[in-house]
Amino acid sequence: MKVRNILATKKGRIITISPDEPVRRAVSLFVEHRIGALVVLDEAERLVGIVSERDVIRAAVQDELLFDRPVRDIMTRQVVIGMPQDDVISVAHTMLERRFRHLPIMEEEKLVGIISIGDVLKTQRDAYKGEVETLETQIIAQGED
Amino acid sequence: MSPLGTAAQPIRVAIVGAGPAGFYAAERLLKESDPVYEIDMYDRLPTPFGLVRNGVAPDHQKIKSVTAAFDRIATNPRFRFFGNVELGRDVTVDDLKDFYHQLLYSTGAQTDRPLGIPGDDLLGSHPATEFVAWYNGHPDYRDCQFDLSQERVAVVGVGNVAVDVARILCRTPEELVKTDIADYALEALRHSRVKEVFILGRRGPAQAAFTAPEAKELGELADCDTFVLPEEAELDPLSQDSLAGADRADVRKVEIIQELAHRQPTGKSKRLTLRFLVSPVELIGDDQGRVISMKLVKNELYATAAGSLRSRAIDQFETLDVGLVFRSIGYRGVPLPGVPFHDSWGVIPNNNGRVIDQESHEPVVGQYTAGWIKRGPTGVIGTNKPDAAETVEMMIADARENRILHATHPNSAEVESFVRRRQPQYVSYQDWLKLDAIELNRGKELGRPRLKFTRVADMLAALER
Repeated sequence: MKVRNILATKKGRIITISPDEPVRRAVSLFVEHRIGALVVLDEAERLVGIVSERDVIRAAVQDELLFDRPVRDIMTRQVVIGMPQDDVISVAHTMLERRFRHLPIMEEEKLVGIISIGDVLKTQRDAYKGEVETLETQIIAQGED
Repeated sequence: MSPLGTAAQPIRVAIVGAGPAGFYAAERLLKESDPVYEIDMYDRLPTPFGLVRNGVAPDHQKIKSVTAAFDRIATNPRFRFFGNVELGRDVTVDDLKDFYHQLLYSTGAQTDRPLGIPGDDLLGSHPATEFVAWYNGHPDYRDCQFDLSQERVAVVGVGNVAVDVARILCRTPEELVKTDIADYALEALRHSRVKEVFILGRRGPAQAAFTAPEAKELGELADCDTFVLPEEAELDPLSQDSLAGADRADVRKVEIIQELAHRQPTGKSKRLTLRFLVSPVELIGDDQGRVISMKLVKNELYATAAGSLRSRAIDQFETLDVGLVFRSIGYRGVPLPGVPFHDSWGVIPNNNGRVIDQESHEPVVGQYTAGWIKRGPTGVIGTNKPDAAETVEMMIADARENRILHATHPNSAEVESFVRRRQPQYVSYQDWLKLDAIELNRGKELGRPRLKFTRVADMLAALER
């Protein structure tokens, strides 16, 4: 199972934000699109960071009035980037070990999507469900022989 | 008039593609009561079940038993099958929009990716999927020619397809006669002179896509010794780390591969060698344009930023003499006329099964996808069940919100006369059950599970058309 097998089914618009937009905008996008992180792109469409719910909460502890500040102030700049060919199982391991929940995916230097730890969990759950379904079918067939 | 979505006026769905994803979607839709659904399933072949019939290896009959569940789904009076009807040839998406509120594409992945190396198109170099379709009796591939007079064969790839192809090449006629392999393929393989088969993986044993039972099966062939080069069975430190947190099944798979590395020849007449950390960089031909060998480069593994292990070439080459090459680096979907398509991934772009317009990035009203054409070729047959369930959730939500196609003739009798006009030789599920019974009977007489029809004309003749 590859990252592109997850991305293939998440082909809607990729929600991004500019580093100059206010944190308020990021928070409303989280709610509007029911997502937990936004990729931050500069004017040249270059990825400059990622801003997550966790970033907002961490910043809010320091500054309760953060909503008017630009996203660049609170975003995470060191972003791990994935590729469509990455193995989902390895990506899951890396996300757990390094404790991040969103992975932007780039192909030929272009942002093609973002996957969340929830996507990874769902994919693995469905893979296991599928294996159980197939094994059950075979066991039942064996019983009917 | 009754409200739409009731038993008197159900939501009408066309499912294009009668493989597992299509059947699982039909099953889930038919269970729904709000709204009530009615389904017509189309397939370009007269026979249903997609890769269960034409892809699953004939020596894996147990896996094919899933069709009993599909037969049960097809008994629902709100389900019909229109086989031998092809989208683009006999009917178009626009035609279907007149008759249905929702369209679901579950056409799977039918072709192989090319290797993209010089010599890829030499005579004797074939997509493995063509060989699979050939030995399974797929009407479109039954007349393919494979030069089984060659003694040495390479299968590029370490997925299930590659392993199936290698195993079928190494089976004895006595093993194959117990399967439902196509009769002409059985005959051709009886006269096969193949002695030595190589499976070539670009990454290491820990990354091989085949499963532990499949690896074990390779070591238990009746008249074929199976080997792994000891130096290629050793795990590099990155793979060792990755295996530390892996499933027991993955650990077992590596153990089986390492056991094969300690095997001594037992004098069986064929040899199968699993190679790892090698990639073909060129196929070399003779002056007739026939492949005679392949140039391989050694690989090493490195970790990507996100932690997966990928291969990269190191500066070491070898030449492998082979007269037949099957490339199996992944099934790939083909575009459907009038349906959005993501060319580099070979899938219909979608959001949880809702087809997405590539310009606007918005859902295309009333159009959905499930299975391999939705997510790409990954998972076992059963994986299509949760996959289809996800798509059906979207279909139900959209139907309840009336985000559906405004079919002008949502009427099952009108569909039937329309299809009959376009394809008078369409095959119903009742017709298929007759074909099925004939195939089973013909097999029984020969002591085989089934003797398949492999030409559409023969199927129609058996139905007295």
